[in-house]
Amino acid sequence: MKTPGNDVWTVAVADYEEKLVRTRAYQHSLSGSTLPPGEPLLEISDLSLRFGGVKALTDVNLTVETGTIHSIIGPNGAGKSSLLNCVSGLYKATAGQILLQTSGTKDLAKLPPHKVARLGVARSFQNIELFDQLSVLDNIMLGRHIHIKKDPFMAMFWFGPAKRQEIRQRELVEEVIHLLKLQQYRNQPVGALAYGIQKRVELGRALAMQPSLLLLDEPMAGMNVEEKEDMARYILDIHELAGLTVVLIEHDMSVVMDISNRVTVLDFGKVIGDGTPEEVMANPKVIEAYLGAGE
Amino acid sequence: MAAVQTGRYHRSYNSEFRLWNTTPQITRMVILAIVLVLIPLVFDNYWMALVNTALIASIGAIGLNILVGFTGQISLGQGGFLAVGAFTSAILTDRMGVPVFFSIIGAVLLTAAVGMIFGLPALRLKGLYLAIATLASQMVIIFIVRRWDFLTEGQGFVDVMRLEVFGFSIERANFEQQWYMILLVITIIAAFVATNIFRTGVGRSFMAVRDQDIAASAIGVNLTRAKITAFGVSNGFVGLAGALMAHYTEIISWERFTLDVSIQYLAMIIVGGLGSVAGSIYGAAFITFLPVLTRMLADELGGVAPTLRQQLPAFEHAIFGLTIIVFLILEPKGLNRIWERIKEYFRYWPFRY
Repeated sequence: MKTPGNDVWTVAVADYEEKLVRTRAYQHSLSGSTLPPGEPLLEISDLSLRFGGVKALTDVNLTVETGTIHSIIGPNGAGKSSLLNCVSGLYKATAGQILLQTSGTKDLAKLPPHKVARLGVARSFQNIELFDQLSVLDNIMLGRHIHIKKDPFMAMFWFGPAKRQEIRQRELVEEVIHLLKLQQYRNQPVGALAYGIQKRVELGRALAMQPSLLLLDEPMAGMNVEEKEDMARYILDIHELAGLTVVLIEHDMSVVMDISNRVTVLDFGKVIGDGTPEEVMANPKVIEAYLGAGE
Repeated sequence: MAAVQTGRYHRSYNSEFRLWNTTPQITRMVILAIVLVLIPLVFDNYWMALVNTALIASIGAIGLNILVGFTGQISLGQGGFLAVGAFTSAILTDRMGVPVFFSIIGAVLLTAAVGMIFGLPALRLKGLYLAIATLASQMVIIFIVRRWDFLTEGQGFVDVMRLEVFGFSIERANFEQQWYMILLVITIIAAFVATNIFRTGVGRSFMAVRDQDIAASAIGVNLTRAKITAFGVSNGFVGLAGALMAHYTEIISWERFTLDVSIQYLAMIIVGGLGSVAGSIYGAAFITFLPVLTRMLADELGGVAPTLRQQLPAFEHAIFGLTIIVFLILEPKGLNRIWERIKEYFRYWPFRY
C-alpha cells in the first residue's frame, strides 16, 4: 500500500499501522472456518477400522468443537494415529461416519485424501513427511496447493497470471514463515535442516492450507524440553492468533494437560474417557489404562 | 562493483523471481549467447550435424527429465514416444499437406495424449514395476509402427520433404547452419517453458509426488491428476523432439526409435542431473558427443592398442557403460551439480564454503 506522505516519518508510521492491522488480521486469514467458537466442527460417529482380524478402532464417537485444542491421548497402539488417518482419508474406515460441519453433509470417511484436504483438513505426520529436496519456501508454498490454479499452459508462459498468482500466494506464505519464525531457513532444502525445524516446517505447510481443522500427529515427539515448549507456544499462537481448531496427538502428559481445552482418551481402539483435562485425569478408567488395574 | 554475489538480497518478489540477478550471472549469459551465435561460424558441417542432434536430444531429455527427475516416475518408453512425434509430424506434413508449424504442434499434442494413456499404469505401479509397464509402451508403439502399413505405405520408412516454414525453406548449402538457428531457438524456448513449469504450482506438485506421495495427497494434490499431467507435459516435449528429428533427418524409420534410444535418453538425464533442466541439456550434449570422442580416442590410441579401433563398437559400449557407472558412484546429481560446485568454488574463494 502506497502512502501519500513523502517524509520518512509518515511512511514509517503508516508502515507500522499497516503491520498492526495485518497482525490482527491473523484472526481469520489463516483459519478456513467461519463457524463461531463452541459450535461442533468435526463429528465422528460409530467409527470402526479393522485390519483383517485386528480391530484398530471400535465404535469411536467424538466431537471436536470450533476454536478448541482437542487432544487425543492413549497408550501405544491405542489407535490414535489410525483415527487421524481415517479423518484425513489415508485409511478407509470399515464403518461409521465423519462429518465436517463446514462442508455440509459430505462423509469424510468415504473421500480420498486430496478431497478431504480440499474441504479444509490439514495435518502433520508422526514421522516427518516433508518434500526433502525442496526448500522450506517451496514446502510451505505447496501447502497453498488447494488454493492455486494448476493450469500447465498458464505455468509454461509464466509472465502474467502465473507470476501474479505466485506473488499473491507468497504473501500468505510469508505470514506463516513470520508466525513460525522460519525466516532464516527460507531457502534451505528441508532435508538438511534439524529435526525440530523440520517439525516446524511441517506445521507451517499445514497452516498455509488455511485449514478449518488442523490435525497434529505427535508434533513434539523426540524433542527436548526446550523444543517442546517452543512447539507448544507455536500451537497456542496458532490457536489464539489465528483462531484455529487443533486436534493434537501427544504423549507428553504435562503438555497435553497444559494446552488442551478438551481431552479424549483411547485404549484398544475404544474411547474410555472424554472431557476437560481435570475430568480426564480423575477418570478411574483412564488411570487404569495408564497405570494398570489397582487391587 | 562487487565481483561476486555475497548473498541474496531482494526488495520485491519480482526481483526474487528473476532467473539472473547479479552482474556476473548476466555477463555469463551474454557470453554464452555470443558463443552460441559463433558456433556455426567456427565448426564445419560434420560437427554442426552433431550439435544439431544434441539440440534435438536436449529437448527430448528435458521431457524425460520432467517425468523421471522431477516427478519420480520412470519411463522406458522414450523411443516409442519419439516415434509417435516423428511419424505424426511427418505424415501430417507429407501426406496431408498440413503446414510444418501446425503439424509439429499436432505431433506435440498427439504424443502428449499417447503419453497420458500409457501413463495410466503409473497410477498403480511404482519403481521397477512401472519401468516394466512403460517398457510395454515402447514395445507396443514400435510394433504398431512396424506393422501398420498405413504409416509408411508399406515402405518401412517415411521420406520427409525439406523443411519449409512460413515461406522460408532451408537451403541446401547452409543446411546445418540454418537448422542450428532454428533448433537453438526452439531448445531455448523449451528450456524456459520447463523452468517456468517448476516455479509454479503445477511443477511443485510434481516434485511433491516425487518426494512424498502420501504427504502430497494430504495437502490436496490429486495424485492421479498430477501423474497423468506429468506424463502429458513430459511427452509433449518428447513429441516435439521426435517431430524435429523427422524434419531434420528427412527420413524416418522404426530403427531410430528402439529400446536403445530409451536407454540412451535415461543415460542423458542421469549423466546430466536428475531434476534439472540445464542438466538435461548438458547430458544430451555429453551422450551425443561421447561416441565421437570415443572414436577419436581409439584413433589416437590406434598405434598403441589397435584392438580398440578394430573393436570400436564394443569399445563404445564399454565407455558408455563405464560413464554411467562412474557418474552414479561419483556424482549421482550429474554434470549440473559439478557445474554448480565450480560456480560455488569461485563464489566462496578463497574460503572453502
